[in-house]
This record gives sequence, C-alpha cells and structure tokens, in this order.
Amino acid sequence: MADLDTFRMETRKWLEENCPEEMRHGVTGDEDACWGGRHWTFKNDAQRLWLERMVAKGWTVPEWPVEYGGAGLSKAEAKVLRSEMKRLNARSPLDSFGIWMLGPALLKYGTPEQKKEHLIPIARGEIRWCQGYSEPNAGSDLASLMTKCEDKGDHYEITGQKVWTSYADKADWIFVLVRTDFEATKHTGISFILVDMDQPGVTTKPIRLISGKSPFCETFFDNAVAGKDQIVGEINKGWTVAKYLLTHEREMISGMGDAMGRPIGDLAAMQIGLEDGKLEDSMLRTDIARLEIDGLAFMAGMEKIISEAKAGQGTGANASVLKYYGTELNKRRHELMMDSGGSEALTWGAEEDIAAHWLRTKANSIEGGTSEVQLNIISKHILDLPGA
Amino acid sequence: MAMVLDEEQSMLRDAARGFLTDHAPVSQLRKLRDSGNEDKFDRATWAAMGEMGWAGVLVDEDHGGVDMGFQAAGLIAEEMGRTLTASPYLSTAMMGATALGAYGTTSQKETWLPKIATGEAIMAIAVDEGRKHRPQQVATTASKSGNGFKISGTKTFVADGGVAEQIIVTARTAGGEGEKEGISLFLVSADAAGITKTHHDMIDSRNSVTLSFDDVEVDGDAIIGEIDGGASPLNHILNAGRAGLAAEMSGSAQACLSMTVDYLKERKQFGKTIGEFQALQHRASHLYSEIELAKAVVMKALQGLDSAPEHASLMVAAAKAKLGQVAQLAAQESIQMHGGIGMTDEYDIGFYMKRIRVAEALYGDSHYQADIYAKLRGF
Ligand SMILES: Cc1cc2nc3c(=O)[nH]c(=O)nc-3n(C[C@H](O)[C@H](O)[C@H](O)COP(=O)(O)OP(=O)(O)OC[C@H]3O[C@@H](n4cnc5c(N)ncnc54)[C@H](O)[C@@H]3O)c2cc1C
Repeated sequence: MADLDTFRMETRKWLEENCPEEMRHGVTGDEDACWGGRHWTFKNDAQRLWLERMVAKGWTVPEWPVEYGGAGLSKAEAKVLRSEMKRLNARSPLDSFGIWMLGPALLKYGTPEQKKEHLIPIARGEIRWCQGYSEPNAGSDLASLMTKCEDKGDHYEITGQKVWTSYADKADWIFVLVRTDFEATKHTGISFILVDMDQPGVTTKPIRLISGKSPFCETFFDNAVAGKDQIVGEINKGWTVAKYLLTHEREMISGMGDAMGRPIGDLAAMQIGLEDGKLEDSMLRTDIARLEIDGLAFMAGMEKIISEAKAGQGTGANASVLKYYGTELNKRRHELMMDSGGSEALTWGAEEDIAAHWLRTKANSIEGGTSEVQLNIISKHILDLPGA
Repeated sequence: MAMVLDEEQSMLRDAARGFLTDHAPVSQLRKLRDSGNEDKFDRATWAAMGEMGWAGVLVDEDHGGVDMGFQAAGLIAEEMGRTLTASPYLSTAMMGATALGAYGTTSQKETWLPKIATGEAIMAIAVDEGRKHRPQQVATTASKSGNGFKISGTKTFVADGGVAEQIIVTARTAGGEGEKEGISLFLVSADAAGITKTHHDMIDSRNSVTLSFDDVEVDGDAIIGEIDGGASPLNHILNAGRAGLAAEMSGSAQACLSMTVDYLKERKQFGKTIGEFQALQHRASHLYSEIELAKAVVMKALQGLDSAPEHASLMVAAAKAKLGQVAQLAAQESIQMHGGIGMTDEYDIGFYMKRIRVAEALYGDSHYQADIYAKLRGF
C-alpha cells in the first residue's frame, strides 16, 4: 500500500510537470485525437511532446512488459496512473487499434520475434493498425469468410475483399482473417495474418456513413503479399486468436455506456432550463432520470462483473451483457441529447457535432457483434438454452 | 468497496438460502393465505430467524445484535425475495432497528433494541396518509398535552401494522401540510387507547393495515430524534426500507428468471423445446442482463448505507427505481413465457407478481424514486 501511495505521488508530480496544458481537456472527436502511424502529422507541438514523453515512460501501454515498449506496471499501478491522468483531465496520448486489439492478442499468441517486430512500434505510435475481419458476405456469421490465402513457398498470397475496415485508408498494417484451408470445416480453416498495406496488392476505398463521415473502408486484396513469419498462432487456428481479440474489442466498445462527458441531466438543465428546480420539459425529465439510473446500474454492473472475474467468480460471457447493455444505453443517451438539443442539434457542425455523434452511435450495437448476437451468446453460454 | 461478497457474507447468504428454501418456501405463503392466518406470517419461522441473528442484523452488539451492516441485511432480504417468505423483517430488523439505533434515546434503545434483535418485538412504520407515498404530506397532528402529546390522524398502507407491538408514526408538530420542517417521529404502543386498525386483504397476502389515531396520548419521551426535525431521520429510515425492498425485489426477479429458464428447457411445442425459439431466448437474455445490472446497483445502495448514510439517498433512489421496473418486467415476462399455466393460481409465478407489485409501491414506487433521483441531481 505504501508503495502504491509513493507511486501515486510520483506519478502525480510527473504528470503535472510533463502533461502539456493543451492536453488537459478531452478530445472533441476522432480528428482531435492522436492516432500515430507512418504518415501522422501532429496537430500541434503539445500533441507531439505528450506522445514522446509518455512513450519514453512506457505509459502508452503501461501494463505491457518493458522489453515491448511498456512500463511493466501491475494492474493496481496502472489503475493509479489512470486515475491520476483523470484527475488532471489528461487525454490519452495515443489512440490505437494496435494497443486495444492486436497488442493483447500478440502478447498471448505471438512469437517472441513477432512481439519484438510489432509491439514496440505500436507502443511508440509509429505503426497504425486496422482490423480486417468482416466481409460483404461474412458479418455476424464471421466464420464464413472467404478471403483466400495461399502458401507460395517463401511467402503467402492473399486475394479477397474486406468491408467496414475502420480507418483502413489511414492505417499502415492490417490484421486479417483469411481462409487457408477450403476443405476444412468453417471454423478450422481460418488463419490470422499480419499484412503490410504499403504494397500495390492492397487498396482501400472509403465508405460514406449516415453521419457524413467516412472512417470506414472497403479493403481489397489482389495477390497481396505477406511474410511466412506473419501468421499469429498456428495456421488454420486463427479463429482462436480472432475470438480472443473480439473479447477485447467488446470491452472497448461497451465502455461507451460509461457516463462519458457531462451527465445528460446537467446538459439538459443548461439547454432547456429549470422551472421550480425541475427540468422545464417534464416528460423528457423522466426519460433522462431513467437513463441516468440505468447508467448508474450499468457502471455498478461493470464494476461487479470485473470484480467477479478477478475473484474467479462469474462467467466470461458476462462481457456480452456489458456489450449489449452498454451500447443500447449509449444509443438511448444520444437520442435524449438530440431531444434536449432541440432544433440547434439538427444542424451539421453544431456544438460538439452532436448530430454526427448521434448517428454514429447507431453502429454501436452492430460493430463488434450485434446486439442480437450478444443475446445469442447469453442464451447459449449463460442460460444454457437448447439450440442457442 | 469490493463488488463481491466476502467470506462472512457468502456464508450468511448460503445459510439464509438453505434455511428459507427448507423452512419458508413459497408453499408456506400459500398455506398462510389459504388457511386465513390472521397474522399473515409464521411466528415459528420468525422466532427461528431471531435465533439465527437475522432480526438483529443491524442492531449493535451492546444491544444484543450481530451488527453486520446493510450489505448483510440486504442479502437476507434478497433471499426472502427469492422464496417470498412473509415476515416482519423489513419493518423490524431493517427500518425499526435503523430508527432506534440511529435516533433513539438511551432508554428507547435499552428497552427496544434487545427485543428487536431477538425478534420478540415487532415494529411498524406509519408514514403515508393517502394512496401514494408522500412522506412530507403529513396531516396527522401531535399537539402538546400536559407533558406529552395527543396524536390524531390516519395512516395508510402500514406494513406489518396489524402485528406490530410498537409503531413509529410521523405527525406534524409544526408547519403546514407538505412542509419538511415540523414533522416529528413518535414511538407509540400499538395497543394505546384511541388506535383503530383496519385490516386489508392485500394482493400479496401480507399484513398491512390502515391505522387511525384518535387523540392517542403519548409521553414527551416518545419522540424519536428532535421535535420538528423528523424529516431527515425519516428519510434515513425510509432509505433502509427502500434498499431492503430493492434487495427483496432483486431476489424475486432472480427467482422468476430461474423458473422461466427451467420451463424453457422443459416445455415442448411444434416438436421442439420452446427454449429453442430465438424470440424467447432473446427475451430471457435481455431479462438476465437487466437483472445482472440491477443486482449491482442494489449492492451499491446497501454499501452506501453502510459507509455514508447521509449521502446514500441518490443510490437508494436509483436502486429502488431500477428494481421496481426490473422486477415487474421479470414477473411479466415470466408469465408470458409460461403461457397459460403461468396464469393459474396453482403455479407460483402469480405470487411473485403480486408481491413485487406491493414491494414496488411500498415507500415510494419507481416513478417517485426517479423523481427523487432527478431532484437530487438538480434537474
Ligand atoms: C461503424 C462500423 C464499424 C465497423 N468496424 C469494423 C472493423 O473495423 N473491422 C471489421 O472487420 N468489421 C467492422 N465492422 C463490421 C461489423 O462487425 C459487422 O457489421 C457486424 O458483425 C454485423 O455484420 P453485418 O453488417 O454483415 O450484418 P448481418 O450479419 O447481415 O446482420 C443483419 C441483421 O441480422 C441479425 N442477425 C444476424 N445473424 C443473426 C442470428 N444468428 N440471430 C439473430 N439475428 C441475427 C443482426 O443482428 C442484424 O440485425 C464495423 C461495422 C460498423 C457498422
């Protein structure tokens, strides 16, 4: 405990001295965050400095081993670091699918060479990754994917199409699920492979979404080349790696149900005003109170499910409860923010770009496994219902 | 605070579940109802609960209790919700013990806490006056008379009021109806002259009465807490009851889900087990998700009452608001997924649905709690 207190004091001091002033407020959107990568241009000096300083401490990935660019912090220390960053309202120095998704999978399934090659550039923000899972005909039924990967002796050759690849047009490398055995059953012929996108065989085409933004792409592989040493885990056993990574993705997305930003009751009070201490719109007031209460229950539930997991109790499938509930909650929250914002929320580019965010949340219950798929998982793995 | 049970709490929960399943399952409530039992609870079962220390779960050791705190008290309530055990636990062990333990005079404590702890003295809380829970709408008056007071007025929906030995009554000693200031709490003997009880045939088959007070005389030392300053203690006492009811409803909701999931694996139609139908799988899984989160918010409310009761109101309101909705959803979904059999009196689900309805209304329904929540949040 004493050690942890010392760590807290040192961390607080370091952050106060090293976190640039401009980095001490939340990001206003994806465009404002630091994603790194080969072609990254920093928005300002503060963003660059903040990343460099945190990289030097190993604090972009505080729990990863020091040899792979982390700081080797214990869970308790990492929690202290998070809470101290929150105290200063310090933003994350680096947003990255490499950190959130690929990293954990490599730490578990990668060879020492793969870890050295890929984890360090991820930690340093030098290589930006994207996720090549979904295909036009393989969405919820991901395991029916058909992108072909052939062994050409000294390399692999990949042909096929992925869709919904977030930020593919900005990424440097892609982790891809490919079919390496067309004879085997659905789940057993899949491999997990890492591909450098800087080659003529890989092209991307942005997809414009209802929110007006295009952060997603179609990704085409046309005799694309990958090294023999880039398969993660065993050949034809990529499904295991893919599933492990998905649990991390789900955790990340369900975190959105978390009471991010200003609680909506406060926002509505400011936007609509109070009458005798109550929100002037009494019907909306009820909906907001219900939403905030569900938000409290969600946060408490998340804490409980995590505590249970640490204590070796509960069931891993409870992650699906959080994914399902957290994303549905986030959609509800944004509906209410639109209600509260009134006509001012109905213009593009209004304060905090609320309409675009509202539209974007509609994908929360689709990406990373739809709500229906989460309910299927609960039915099967928790309630043990027949045929689920 | 950890969101998992410690060893002592797990043992208590297992012991409670074992005892209640064996000695006070739903069939006991059914029997009490069918036999027309006047008390509407089983005295032998209650005595056993007293012996096991449950009645004294919130009473300090100096007064003969086991002082295990609200989280433990909530676990017992939750298990009682699972089996629908009828008992004066909530009004006595949770609310009565809180009222006297936190605000009683030395002599009130010495007289009553040891008897509460053994289950010997049953308490009831008389707060509401109309059809809805409005604890500040107090028209009942306590006017000075000699050294004491004379209480007059009518109290509705008094849980366990028909069997209580002592009744905690709110009455106005100053201020106008609806005002927070001027409410006082009195400890009144249930057999005092001038009290008339009207028994109600409640849908949940439990004990509930309307009490009318007609110039009921009490001594000056019958006041609990400060004169005119009863509103804040009252809120604490009610919060103890609300958190207890939320925990109870959590247990009932879990029981409804578990009965339903069992039935989904058993009943066949169209040549299939009905649990194979995805429409039902999703309804059950949605209910499971709601209940998982509901359990967690109840835990937070109970922990809040243990660590800082003066700041617990927000979480208690959230918990009772949430559980009122989730437990009702559980009962409704449970009947729907059972089909016709769920509508029969022979089947137990109806008992759950009826008790949950009453628990939801008691000490403020889900709408009331959501309103309190919004007020505390400043909107
Ligand atoms: C904004 C966004 C970002 C994304 N980012 C990425 C990314 O970076 N990389 C990547 O690989 N993919 C990504 N995806 C893809 C995402 O994982 C898929 O969209 C998702 O898995 C659903 O697949 P689908 O769109 O083909 O829908 P479908 O699978 O065709 O589903 C259509 C409907 O049918 C329902 N359904 C399907 N199967 C069942 C079933 N068994 N039981 C009940 N209902 C069912 C679904 O729930 C849904 O309502 C992204 C998607 C979106 C919208």
